[in-house]
Amino acid sequence: MAKQKIALSVNGKKIEASVEPRTLLVHFLREELNLTGTHIGCETSHCGACTVDLNGMSVKSCTVLAVQADGGDLKTVEGLAAGGKLHPLQEGFMQEHGLQCGFCTPGMLMRGYRMLQENPNPSDEDIRWGLSGNLCRCTGYQNIVKSVQYAADKIRKEGAPKP
Amino acid sequence: MIPGNFDYHRPGSVDEAAALLGRLGEDAKVLAGGHSLLPMMKLRLAEPKSLIDLGAIAELRVIREKDGVLQIGAMATEAALIASDLIRRHCPLIAEAAALIADPQVRNRGTIGGDIAHGDPGNDHPAIMLALGASFVLRGGKGERVVAAGDFYRALFETAMKADELLVEIRVPALRPGTGASYQKLKRKVGDFAIAGAAAVIGIKDGRCGHAAIALTNVGPTAVNAEAAAALLVGKAIDEALIGEAAKLAMSACAPTADLRGPVEYKTRMAGEMTRRAIREALKRAKGG
Repeated sequence: MAKQKIALSVNGKKIEASVEPRTLLVHFLREELNLTGTHIGCETSHCGACTVDLNGMSVKSCTVLAVQADGGDLKTVEGLAAGGKLHPLQEGFMQEHGLQCGFCTPGMLMRGYRMLQENPNPSDEDIRWGLSGNLCRCTGYQNIVKSVQYAADKIRKEGAPKP
Repeated sequence: MIPGNFDYHRPGSVDEAAALLGRLGEDAKVLAGGHSLLPMMKLRLAEPKSLIDLGAIAELRVIREKDGVLQIGAMATEAALIASDLIRRHCPLIAEAAALIADPQVRNRGTIGGDIAHGDPGNDHPAIMLALGASFVLRGGKGERVVAAGDFYRALFETAMKADELLVEIRVPALRPGTGASYQKLKRKVGDFAIAGAAAVIGIKDGRCGHAAIALTNVGPTAVNAEAAAALLVGKAIDEALIGEAAKLAMSACAPTADLRGPVEYKTRMAGEMTRRAIREALKRAKGG
Protein backbone atom coordinates (compact mmCIF):
# COMPACT_ATOMS: atom_id res chain seq x y z
CA MET A 1 0.00 0.00 0.00
CA ALA A 2 1.13 3.48 -0.75
CA LYS A 3 2.72 5.29 2.13
CA GLN A 4 1.16 8.50 3.26
CA LYS A 5 2.94 11.69 4.30
CA ILE A 6 2.26 13.02 7.77
CA ALA A 7 3.56 16.10 9.58
CA LEU A 8 3.20 16.60 13.30
CA SER A 9 4.91 18.07 16.32
CA VAL A 10 6.45 15.58 18.74
CA ASN A 11 7.73 16.99 22.02
CA GLY A 12 7.97 20.40 20.40
CA LYS A 13 9.93 19.16 17.39
CA LYS A 14 8.43 19.24 13.88
CA ILE A 15 8.44 15.81 12.29
CA GLU A 16 7.67 14.79 8.73
CA ALA A 17 7.43 11.15 7.79
CA SER A 18 5.90 8.66 5.38
CA VAL A 19 3.87 5.90 6.99
CA GLU A 20 1.69 3.03 5.91
CA PRO A 21 -1.89 3.89 6.87
CA ARG A 22 -2.02 0.78 9.06
CA THR A 23 0.91 1.89 11.22
CA LEU A 24 -0.24 2.42 14.80
CA LEU A 25 0.90 5.57 16.52
CA VAL A 26 2.77 3.62 19.20
CA HIS A 27 4.76 1.70 16.58
CA PHE A 28 5.53 4.91 14.72
CA LEU A 29 6.87 6.48 17.92
CA ARG A 30 8.94 3.48 18.94
CA GLU A 31 10.21 2.20 15.63
CA GLU A 32 10.39 5.25 13.38
CA LEU A 33 11.25 7.94 15.90
CA ASN A 34 13.09 5.67 18.37
CA LEU A 35 11.02 7.09 21.22
CA THR A 36 10.79 3.84 23.16
CA GLY A 37 9.59 5.42 26.40
CA THR A 38 6.00 4.81 25.30
CA HIS A 39 5.38 1.16 26.11
CA ILE A 40 3.26 -1.45 24.38
CA GLY A 41 1.33 -3.40 26.99
CA CYS A 42 -1.97 -5.07 26.14
CA GLU A 43 -2.35 -3.61 22.61
CA THR A 44 -6.11 -3.63 23.14
CA SER A 45 -6.66 -0.20 24.76
CA HIS A 46 -7.08 -1.58 28.27
CA CYS A 47 -3.78 -1.15 30.11
CA GLY A 48 -2.82 2.46 29.33
CA ALA A 49 0.96 1.82 29.17
CA CYS A 50 0.98 3.48 25.72
CA THR A 51 -0.76 6.67 26.88
CA VAL A 52 0.49 9.85 25.20
CA ASP A 53 -0.84 13.40 25.01
CA LEU A 54 -2.36 14.27 21.61
CA ASN A 55 -3.76 17.77 21.04
CA GLY A 56 -4.15 18.31 24.77
CA MET A 57 -5.87 15.00 25.45
CA SER A 58 -4.70 11.68 26.87
CA VAL A 59 -5.01 8.91 24.31
CA LYS A 60 -3.90 5.31 24.04
CA SER A 61 -1.44 5.26 21.17
CA CYS A 62 -1.99 1.53 20.48
CA THR A 63 -5.48 2.40 19.26
CA VAL A 64 -4.73 5.46 17.16
CA LEU A 65 -3.29 5.26 13.66
CA ALA A 66 -0.22 7.38 12.95
CA VAL A 67 -2.13 8.97 10.04
CA GLN A 68 -4.81 10.10 12.51
CA ALA A 69 -2.15 12.12 14.33
CA ASP A 70 -1.32 14.05 11.14
CA GLY A 71 -1.19 17.77 11.90
CA GLY A 72 -1.29 17.04 15.61
CA ASP A 73 0.66 18.16 18.64
CA LEU A 74 2.04 15.14 20.47
CA LYS A 75 3.84 14.81 23.77
CA THR A 76 5.44 11.60 25.00
CA VAL A 77 7.20 10.75 28.25
CA GLU A 78 10.49 11.81 26.64
CA GLY A 79 9.11 15.35 26.50
CA LEU A 80 8.24 15.54 30.19
CA ALA A 81 11.57 16.53 31.73
CA ALA A 82 12.67 20.02 30.69
CA GLY A 83 15.96 21.87 30.99
CA GLY A 84 17.67 18.85 32.56
CA LYS A 85 15.15 18.79 35.40
CA LEU A 86 12.66 16.04 36.08
CA HIS A 87 8.98 16.98 35.85
CA PRO A 88 7.35 17.16 39.32
CA LEU A 89 5.46 13.97 38.45
CA GLN A 90 8.68 12.11 37.69
CA GLU A 91 10.16 13.41 40.92
CA GLY A 92 7.00 12.36 42.76
CA PHE A 93 7.12 8.80 41.41
CA MET A 94 10.76 8.62 42.58
CA GLN A 95 10.19 10.11 46.03
CA GLU A 96 6.97 8.22 46.78
CA HIS A 97 8.05 4.89 45.28
CA GLY A 98 5.30 5.09 42.64
CA LEU A 99 6.78 2.26 40.61
CA GLN A 100 8.31 -1.13 40.99
CA CYS A 101 8.91 -2.80 37.62
CA GLY A 102 8.27 0.51 35.82
CA PHE A 103 6.43 -0.89 32.84
CA CYS A 104 3.23 1.10 33.37
CA THR A 105 5.07 4.25 34.49
CA PRO A 106 5.31 6.15 31.17
CA GLY A 107 1.54 5.82 30.76
CA MET A 108 0.90 6.79 34.38
CA LEU A 109 3.12 9.87 33.99
CA MET A 110 1.49 11.01 30.76
CA ARG A 111 -2.03 10.52 32.10
CA GLY A 112 -1.01 12.24 35.33
CA TYR A 113 0.44 15.12 33.31
CA ARG A 114 -2.88 15.81 31.59
CA MET A 115 -5.02 15.04 34.63
CA LEU A 116 -3.25 17.65 36.75
CA GLN A 117 -4.04 20.24 34.10
CA GLU A 118 -7.68 19.17 34.01
CA ASN A 119 -7.83 19.21 37.80
CA PRO A 120 -4.91 20.83 39.66
CA ASN A 121 -6.37 20.05 43.10
CA PRO A 122 -7.44 16.43 42.92
CA SER A 123 -8.62 14.34 45.85
CA ASP A 124 -7.20 10.81 46.13
CA GLU A 125 -10.53 9.62 44.73
CA ASP A 126 -10.21 12.00 41.74
CA ILE A 127 -6.76 10.59 41.03
CA ARG A 128 -8.01 7.02 41.12
CA TRP A 129 -10.82 7.87 38.67
CA GLY A 130 -8.45 9.91 36.54
CA LEU A 131 -6.03 7.00 36.29
CA SER A 132 -8.74 4.37 35.85
CA GLY A 133 -7.53 3.68 32.31
CA ASN A 134 -4.02 2.78 33.50
CA LEU A 135 -3.23 -0.57 35.03
CA CYS A 136 -0.34 -1.31 37.40
CA ARG A 137 0.38 -4.87 38.51
CA CYS A 138 3.04 -4.01 41.14
CA THR A 139 2.14 -1.15 43.41
CA GLY A 140 -1.49 -1.63 44.36
CA TYR A 141 -1.86 2.04 43.24
CA GLN A 142 -1.41 3.45 46.76
CA ASN A 143 2.00 4.93 46.02
CA ILE A 144 0.96 6.07 42.57
CA VAL A 145 -1.79 8.19 44.16
CA LYS A 146 0.79 9.60 46.60
CA SER A 147 3.17 10.33 43.72
CA VAL A 148 0.53 12.32 41.85
CA GLN A 149 -0.37 14.20 45.05
CA TYR A 150 3.35 15.00 45.51
CA ALA A 151 3.42 16.50 42.02
CA ALA A 152 0.14 18.39 42.48
CA ASP A 153 1.52 19.89 45.68
CA LYS A 154 4.82 20.87 44.08
CA ILE A 155 3.11 22.44 41.05
CA ARG A 156 0.79 24.42 43.34
CA LYS A 157 3.79 25.77 45.28
CA GLU A 158 6.22 26.34 42.43
CA GLY A 159 4.04 26.52 39.31
CA ALA A 160 4.03 24.16 36.34
CA PRO A 161 7.42 23.64 34.73
CA LYS A 162 7.97 25.40 31.43
CA PRO A 163 7.78 22.87 28.59
CA MET B 1 -0.81 -6.69 16.46
CA ILE B 2 -1.06 -4.65 13.30
CA PRO B 3 -4.13 -4.26 11.08
CA GLY B 4 -4.12 -5.54 7.52
CA ASN B 5 -3.44 -3.13 4.69
CA PHE B 6 -6.02 -0.58 3.67
CA ASP B 7 -6.39 2.70 1.81
CA TYR B 8 -6.94 5.65 4.12
CA HIS B 9 -9.29 8.50 3.30
CA ARG B 10 -9.87 11.57 5.43
CA PRO B 11 -12.71 13.61 3.95
CA GLY B 12 -13.21 17.18 5.12
CA SER B 13 -17.01 17.27 4.85
CA VAL B 14 -20.07 15.03 5.15
CA ASP B 15 -20.72 15.42 1.39
CA GLU B 16 -17.24 14.21 0.59
CA ALA B 17 -17.52 11.31 3.05
CA ALA B 18 -20.90 10.26 1.63
CA ALA B 19 -19.56 10.38 -1.94
CA LEU B 20 -16.54 8.26 -0.96
CA LEU B 21 -18.73 5.73 0.81
CA GLY B 22 -21.06 5.61 -2.20
CA ARG B 23 -18.10 4.85 -4.44
CA LEU B 24 -16.29 2.36 -2.18
CA GLY B 25 -19.42 0.69 -0.77
CA GLU B 26 -19.02 -2.54 1.14
CA ASP B 27 -15.24 -2.60 0.77
CA ALA B 28 -14.98 0.43 3.01
CA LYS B 29 -15.47 0.91 6.74
CA VAL B 30 -16.16 4.23 8.39
CA LEU B 31 -13.67 5.16 11.14
CA ALA B 32 -15.09 7.20 14.02
CA GLY B 33 -13.18 7.00 17.33
CA GLY B 34 -11.70 3.68 16.30
CA HIS B 35 -11.92 2.01 19.70
CA SER B 36 -14.05 -0.87 18.42
CA LEU B 37 -12.96 -0.97 14.78
CA LEU B 38 -9.17 -0.74 15.23
CA PRO B 39 -9.04 -3.59 17.79
CA MET B 40 -11.17 -5.69 15.40
CA MET B 41 -8.80 -4.85 12.55
CA LYS B 42 -5.80 -5.77 14.68
CA LEU B 43 -7.36 -9.16 15.39
CA ARG B 44 -8.23 -9.40 11.67
CA LEU B 45 -11.90 -9.78 12.58
CA ALA B 46 -12.35 -6.84 10.22
CA GLU B 47 -10.24 -6.39 7.08
CA PRO B 48 -11.69 -3.45 5.18
CA LYS B 49 -9.97 -2.46 1.94
CA SER B 50 -10.55 1.20 2.70
CA LEU B 51 -11.05 3.33 5.80
CA ILE B 52 -13.01 6.56 5.68
CA ASP B 53 -11.92 8.56 8.72
CA LEU B 54 -14.56 11.08 9.86
CA GLY B 55 -12.08 12.69 12.28
CA ALA B 56 -11.54 15.84 10.23
CA ILE B 57 -15.24 16.73 9.78
CA ALA B 58 -15.84 19.45 12.35
CA GLU B 59 -19.60 19.70 11.64
CA LEU B 60 -20.05 16.14 12.93
CA ARG B 61 -18.83 17.12 16.40
CA VAL B 62 -21.44 19.83 17.02
CA ILE B 63 -24.03 19.43 19.80
CA ARG B 64 -27.06 21.75 19.66
CA GLU B 65 -30.64 22.04 20.77
CA LYS B 66 -33.53 23.03 18.52
CA ASP B 67 -37.24 23.12 19.38
CA GLY B 68 -36.85 20.81 22.36
CA VAL B 69 -34.71 18.27 20.52
CA LEU B 70 -31.02 17.67 21.20
CA GLN B 71 -29.09 17.25 17.95
CA ILE B 72 -25.85 15.46 18.67
CA GLY B 73 -23.22 15.15 15.94
CA ALA B 74 -22.24 11.52 15.45
CA MET B 75 -18.57 12.31 16.09
CA ALA B 76 -19.17 13.89 19.52
CA THR B 77 -16.87 11.99 21.87
CA GLU B 78 -17.95 10.52 25.19
CA ALA B 79 -15.77 13.17 26.85
CA ALA B 80 -17.60 15.89 24.90
CA LEU B 81 -21.00 14.51 25.97
CA ILE B 82 -19.88 14.59 29.61
CA ALA B 83 -18.63 18.17 29.26
CA SER B 84 -21.68 19.50 27.35
CA ASP B 85 -23.88 22.01 29.22
CA LEU B 86 -26.67 21.45 26.69
CA ILE B 87 -26.74 17.74 27.44
CA ARG B 88 -26.57 18.34 31.20
CA ARG B 89 -29.54 20.68 30.89
CA HIS B 90 -31.79 18.78 28.47
CA CYS B 91 -30.89 15.14 28.96
CA PRO B 92 -28.35 14.53 31.73
CA LEU B 93 -28.84 10.77 31.37
CA ILE B 94 -26.62 10.78 28.27
CA ALA B 95 -23.75 12.40 30.14
CA GLU B 96 -24.18 10.14 33.16
CA ALA B 97 -24.13 7.05 30.98
CA ALA B 98 -21.11 8.28 29.00
CA ALA B 99 -19.18 8.54 32.27
CA LEU B 100 -19.79 4.80 32.81
CA ILE B 101 -18.19 3.91 29.49
CA ALA B 102 -14.56 2.76 29.36
CA ASP B 103 -11.94 5.12 30.86
CA PRO B 104 -10.73 8.72 30.37
CA GLN B 105 -8.40 7.98 27.44
CA VAL B 106 -10.97 5.89 25.59
CA ARG B 107 -13.70 8.50 26.23
CA ASN B 108 -11.45 11.08 24.52
CA ARG B 109 -11.65 9.07 21.30
CA GLY B 110 -14.82 6.98 21.42
CA THR B 111 -17.88 8.65 19.88
CA ILE B 112 -21.63 8.39 20.41
CA GLY B 113 -22.13 7.69 16.70
CA GLY B 114 -19.62 4.86 16.66
CA ASP B 115 -21.14 3.35 19.79
CA ILE B 116 -24.61 3.43 18.20
CA ALA B 117 -23.75 2.39 14.64
CA HIS B 118 -21.44 -0.48 15.57
CA GLY B 119 -24.43 -2.61 16.61
CA ASP B 120 -22.63 -4.21 19.56
CA PRO B 121 -25.23 -5.16 22.23
CA GLY B 122 -22.52 -4.53 24.85
CA ASN B 123 -22.42 -0.83 23.99
CA ASP B 124 -24.34 1.43 26.35
CA HIS B 125 -25.85 4.12 24.11
CA PRO B 126 -28.23 1.83 22.17
CA ALA B 127 -30.39 0.97 25.22
CA ILE B 128 -30.31 4.60 26.35
CA MET B 129 -31.41 5.77 22.90
CA LEU B 130 -34.27 3.23 22.89
CA ALA B 131 -35.45 4.42 26.30
CA LEU B 132 -35.18 8.09 25.32
CA GLY B 133 -37.05 7.59 22.04
CA ALA B 134 -34.14 8.91 20.00
CA SER B 135 -33.84 8.84 16.23
CA PHE B 136 -30.83 8.63 13.96
CA VAL B 137 -30.12 10.71 10.85
CA LEU B 138 -28.55 8.59 8.12
CA ARG B 139 -26.91 10.14 5.10
CA GLY B 140 -26.56 8.15 1.91
CA GLY B 141 -26.13 8.73 -1.81
CA LYS B 142 -29.82 9.58 -2.17
CA GLY B 143 -29.92 12.06 0.65
CA GLU B 144 -30.96 11.83 4.26
CA ARG B 145 -33.43 9.64 6.11
CA VAL B 146 -34.34 9.44 9.77
CA VAL B 147 -34.72 6.07 11.52
CA ALA B 148 -36.17 5.65 15.01
CA ALA B 149 -33.89 3.88 17.49
CA GLY B 150 -36.62 1.25 17.85
CA ASP B 151 -36.33 0.36 14.14
CA PHE B 152 -32.54 0.56 13.94
CA TYR B 153 -31.24 -2.63 15.51
CA ARG B 154 -31.86 -5.79 13.51
CA ALA B 155 -29.48 -8.48 14.85
CA LEU B 156 -26.02 -8.88 16.37
CA PHE B 157 -23.85 -6.21 14.67
CA GLU B 158 -26.65 -5.63 12.17
CA THR B 159 -28.47 -2.32 11.84
CA ALA B 160 -30.85 -0.63 9.43
CA MET B 161 -27.92 1.24 7.84
CA LYS B 162 -27.16 0.43 4.22
CA ALA B 163 -23.58 -0.02 2.99
CA ASP B 164 -23.54 3.50 1.52
CA GLU B 165 -25.02 5.23 4.56
CA LEU B 166 -23.35 7.24 7.29
CA LEU B 167 -24.78 8.01 10.71
CA VAL B 168 -24.46 11.78 10.95
CA GLU B 169 -26.70 12.91 13.81
CA ILE B 170 -28.52 11.61 16.86
CA ARG B 171 -31.78 13.37 17.78
CA VAL B 172 -33.00 13.07 21.33
CA PRO B 173 -36.17 14.77 22.62
CA ALA B 174 -35.32 16.81 25.71
CA LEU B 175 -36.79 15.35 28.90
CA ARG B 176 -40.12 16.97 29.74
CA PRO B 177 -40.82 18.36 33.21
CA GLY B 178 -42.11 15.60 35.48
CA THR B 179 -39.94 13.05 33.73
CA GLY B 180 -36.99 11.23 35.29
CA ALA B 181 -34.39 8.98 33.72
CA SER B 182 -31.75 6.63 35.03
CA TYR B 183 -29.16 4.18 33.68
CA GLN B 184 -27.87 1.40 35.91
CA LYS B 185 -24.90 -0.64 34.78
CA LEU B 186 -23.37 -3.62 36.53
CA LYS B 187 -19.79 -4.33 35.52
CA ARG B 188 -16.85 -6.29 36.80
CA LYS B 189 -14.49 -3.34 36.91
CA VAL B 190 -14.10 0.23 35.72
CA GLY B 191 -13.99 0.31 31.94
CA ASP B 192 -15.70 -3.01 31.35
CA PHE B 193 -18.76 -3.69 29.27
CA ALA B 194 -21.95 -4.30 31.23
CA ILE B 195 -22.79 -7.69 32.72
CA ALA B 196 -26.27 -6.21 32.42
CA GLY B 197 -27.54 -2.65 32.18
CA ALA B 198 -30.96 -1.01 32.30
CA ALA B 199 -32.19 2.41 31.20
CA ALA B 200 -35.52 3.68 32.47
CA VAL B 201 -37.44 6.84 31.61
CA ILE B 202 -40.54 7.55 33.69
CA GLY B 203 -43.00 10.42 33.37
CA ILE B 204 -45.34 11.15 36.27
CA LYS B 205 -48.66 13.01 36.04
CA ASP B 206 -51.02 13.43 39.00
CA GLY B 207 -49.17 10.72 40.92
CA ARG B 208 -49.51 8.15 38.17
CA CYS B 209 -47.14 6.98 35.49
CA GLY B 210 -48.00 8.78 32.25
CA HIS B 211 -45.04 7.58 30.23
CA ALA B 212 -42.52 4.76 30.64
CA ALA B 213 -39.71 3.25 28.60
CA ILE B 214 -37.24 0.57 29.67
CA ALA B 215 -34.35 -0.83 27.64
CA LEU B 216 -31.55 -3.25 28.50
CA THR B 217 -27.84 -3.55 27.64
CA ASN B 218 -25.89 -6.73 26.84
CA VAL B 219 -28.61 -9.28 27.53
CA GLY B 220 -29.52 -10.15 23.94
CA PRO B 221 -28.23 -9.97 20.37
CA THR B 222 -29.20 -6.28 20.32
CA ALA B 223 -30.18 -3.78 22.98
CA VAL B 224 -33.52 -5.01 24.33
CA ASN B 225 -36.59 -2.79 24.32
CA ALA B 226 -38.52 -4.10 27.34
CA GLU B 227 -41.86 -2.80 26.09
CA ALA B 228 -44.07 -5.08 28.20
CA ALA B 229 -42.28 -4.02 31.37
CA ALA B 230 -42.78 -0.35 30.50
CA ALA B 231 -46.42 -0.83 29.47
CA LEU B 232 -47.18 -2.42 32.85
CA LEU B 233 -46.25 0.82 34.63
CA VAL B 234 -48.33 3.21 32.50
CA GLY B 235 -51.49 4.50 34.13
CA LYS B 236 -50.59 3.18 37.57
CA ALA B 237 -49.14 4.59 40.77
CA ILE B 238 -45.72 2.94 40.89
CA ASP B 239 -44.89 1.05 44.10
CA GLU B 240 -42.33 -1.62 45.01
CA ALA B 241 -44.67 -4.49 44.08
CA LEU B 242 -45.27 -3.04 40.63
CA ILE B 243 -41.53 -2.42 40.16
CA GLY B 244 -40.93 -6.09 40.97
CA GLU B 245 -43.51 -7.19 38.40
CA ALA B 246 -42.00 -4.91 35.75
CA ALA B 247 -38.53 -6.32 36.48
CA LYS B 248 -39.89 -9.85 35.94
CA LEU B 249 -41.28 -8.82 32.55
CA ALA B 250 -37.92 -7.22 31.69
CA MET B 251 -36.16 -10.47 32.63
CA SER B 252 -38.46 -12.45 30.36
CA ALA B 253 -37.38 -10.22 27.46
CA CYS B 254 -33.69 -11.14 28.04
CA ALA B 255 -31.79 -13.64 25.92
CA PRO B 256 -28.15 -13.30 27.02
CA THR B 257 -25.36 -15.69 26.13
CA ALA B 258 -23.05 -17.16 28.77
CA ASP B 259 -19.46 -15.87 28.70
CA LEU B 260 -16.72 -14.69 31.08
CA ARG B 261 -19.18 -12.17 32.52
CA GLY B 262 -21.40 -14.96 33.79
CA PRO B 263 -23.99 -17.61 33.02
CA VAL B 264 -27.39 -16.91 31.46
CA GLU B 265 -29.35 -17.08 34.70
CA TYR B 266 -27.05 -14.67 36.52
CA LYS B 267 -27.11 -12.12 33.70
CA THR B 268 -30.89 -12.35 33.46
CA ARG B 269 -31.35 -11.81 37.19
CA MET B 270 -28.90 -8.93 37.15
CA ALA B 271 -30.88 -7.35 34.31
CA GLY B 272 -33.90 -7.63 36.60
CA GLU B 273 -32.06 -5.95 39.47
CA MET B 274 -30.72 -3.19 37.21
CA THR B 275 -34.29 -2.64 35.99
CA ARG B 276 -35.57 -2.30 39.57
CA ARG B 277 -32.83 0.20 40.43
CA ALA B 278 -33.32 2.19 37.21
CA ILE B 279 -37.11 2.48 37.73
CA ARG B 280 -36.68 3.52 41.39
CA GLU B 281 -34.13 6.20 40.51
CA ALA B 282 -36.07 7.47 37.46
CA LEU B 283 -39.22 7.67 39.59
CA LYS B 284 -37.41 9.59 42.31
CA ARG B 285 -36.11 12.05 39.74
CA ALA B 286 -39.51 12.38 38.05
CA LYS B 287 -40.90 13.44 41.43
CA GLY B 288 -38.13 16.02 41.68
CA GLY B 289 -35.93 14.07 44.08
